[in-house]
Amino acid sequence: MLAQTVIPDFGGGGACVTQNRTFCWDWFSAHWGDTFQPALLQHLALTGIAVGIGFAIAFSCALVAHRRAWFERPFSGVSGLLYTIPSIALFQLLVPVPGFGLTWVTAEVALVSYTLLIIFRNVLTGLREVPVEAREAATGMGFTPRQTLWRVEVPLALPAIVAGVRVATVTVISLATVAAYIIDAGLGAPIFHAQQTTFKTEFIAAGVLAVALALVADGLLVALQRGLTPWARRRAA
Amino acid sequence: MESSSLASAAPSASGSAPQAAEIVFDAATKRYPGRPEPAVSSLSLTIPAGEICVLVGPSGGGKTTAMKMVNRLIDITDGDIRIDGRSVRSLDVNDLRRGIGYVIQQVGLFPHMTVAANIGTVPRLLGWDRQRIRARARELVELVGLEPDHDLDRYPAQLSGGQRQRVGLARAMAADPPLMLMDEPFGAIDPITRERLQDEFLRLHREIRKTVIFVTHDIDEAIKMGDRIAILREGGVLAQYASPDEILAAPADDFVARFVGADRGLKRLALASLGDVELEPANGSAGGEGLRAPLRTSLRDALSLMLSHGGGSLTAVDDDGRAVGTASVELVSRALSGKGPVGSGGRGGRGSAR
Repeated sequence: MLAQTVIPDFGGGGACVTQNRTFCWDWFSAHWGDTFQPALLQHLALTGIAVGIGFAIAFSCALVAHRRAWFERPFSGVSGLLYTIPSIALFQLLVPVPGFGLTWVTAEVALVSYTLLIIFRNVLTGLREVPVEAREAATGMGFTPRQTLWRVEVPLALPAIVAGVRVATVTVISLATVAAYIIDAGLGAPIFHAQQTTFKTEFIAAGVLAVALALVADGLLVALQRGLTPWARRRAA
Repeated sequence: MESSSLASAAPSASGSAPQAAEIVFDAATKRYPGRPEPAVSSLSLTIPAGEICVLVGPSGGGKTTAMKMVNRLIDITDGDIRIDGRSVRSLDVNDLRRGIGYVIQQVGLFPHMTVAANIGTVPRLLGWDRQRIRARARELVELVGLEPDHDLDRYPAQLSGGQRQRVGLARAMAADPPLMLMDEPFGAIDPITRERLQDEFLRLHREIRKTVIFVTHDIDEAIKMGDRIAILREGGVLAQYASPDEILAAPADDFVARFVGADRGLKRLALASLGDVELEPANGSAGGEGLRAPLRTSLRDALSLMLSHGGGSLTAVDDDGRAVGTASVELVSRALSGKGPVGSGGRGGRGSAR
């Protein structure tokens, strides 16, 4: 809502803006509050919701596939198909579907569909790579299958699981800029706007913010993984 | 204060918890669908409480299958196995397993848990409180020869192979189970460390006196570790079940004789020491000359000494170096050919041999 009211002072304003130089810091800081900060927060929300829902679906399905191997093929097939559809095409395909239209729901459904394959594969691989002897010891000592899953298998699969979430997060942050085709939200909105007006500062600022967001999110997930898996760091005997 | 609360909080090995259980295999049979031969055929044997029973045999002999039927990692097809009179089939499978210590060759420590957490696995399942678990872990780490202050909070990846197997042993003993199953526990460890762990386990076992079912394919390990040895042949048929000394002295058939090896006489000599046999009186010349060996020397080593030094005899000396008697090649040979166990002790001999 804020982003659409902002028309870059392209042609007015200072010399930097009138000459459309590479980057006008003054213009950027003047429009941080009404354009970039809201766009960044929207982008964060788009990403967080998509990765959250995608994780819930993919993780549950991976647990099912871990116990019932036949489930792997159909889920991989469907999520793999979704993964190969070009993002712009998927957004446009979903818009005419009843109940979707030019809404956040449409954007989220598309973004979620890109997380499924990555997270599913990583969770399943992580669970399958748990050492056989750890599983056998757990069973032999009287763990129920549920206890084995939550106390042994999932913790040991955490590095692979977090790795999947990292790739999914970075992917979604990048793809969420395309969501601006259908909703006026996220860092894609100023990018599209700048494309139409050829105003460089707005274009560069939004692009750099998207990259920075991806780097920070990735870094935080690495830190999360380190915190969750202290055993993986201590190797030296 | 600390130490007294520790002692009262944890059921120590000598405490009042169930000490050891008698295990009865009653025509226990395992058949796999689609295979004509059973993996274990009507296995019947009784393991007295507190003894180590070694299941040994060539691969395909069903020894691991027989062991895993006890904690129902493999289900029995026919017959029964009873622990202190109770059929393993009558118990909830998870309760059954929590009451049995389980050690496997690959150890199977949980890589994401510290040594203390690994040892506390079964006590946690049983709902012990934190302090009691911690105290028990500390006690056990010490018992298996690690440093509580240094090792309790380390992860398995930071330990050597031998240390990991010690932790695996401690974990199996954590809830003081009356029965322990050990599946080639020292199989993946270098020979020197293996021998040390074997010796330590035997010493430990003399203190804790659990019933132990120990699986190995190595007849020498079986002879060393077992109070009784069950030799299984292909198809899970029991070929012989007896003490190491009996098996070496009187193999039941050709299969057993071949399995224990042509040097079974020598192996049998390793089971007894000079102190176990009736020595000839020490002759008067208890001077400096002649071969001398302490009483705890095994007959096998004594024989080797005599043969390699050319003399036909040696003087056995006690801990203070006093001559106690004389042993000769003939005496050793007589000990072997006599009926009954080598030597006079008849205690299976393995403790005194080392």
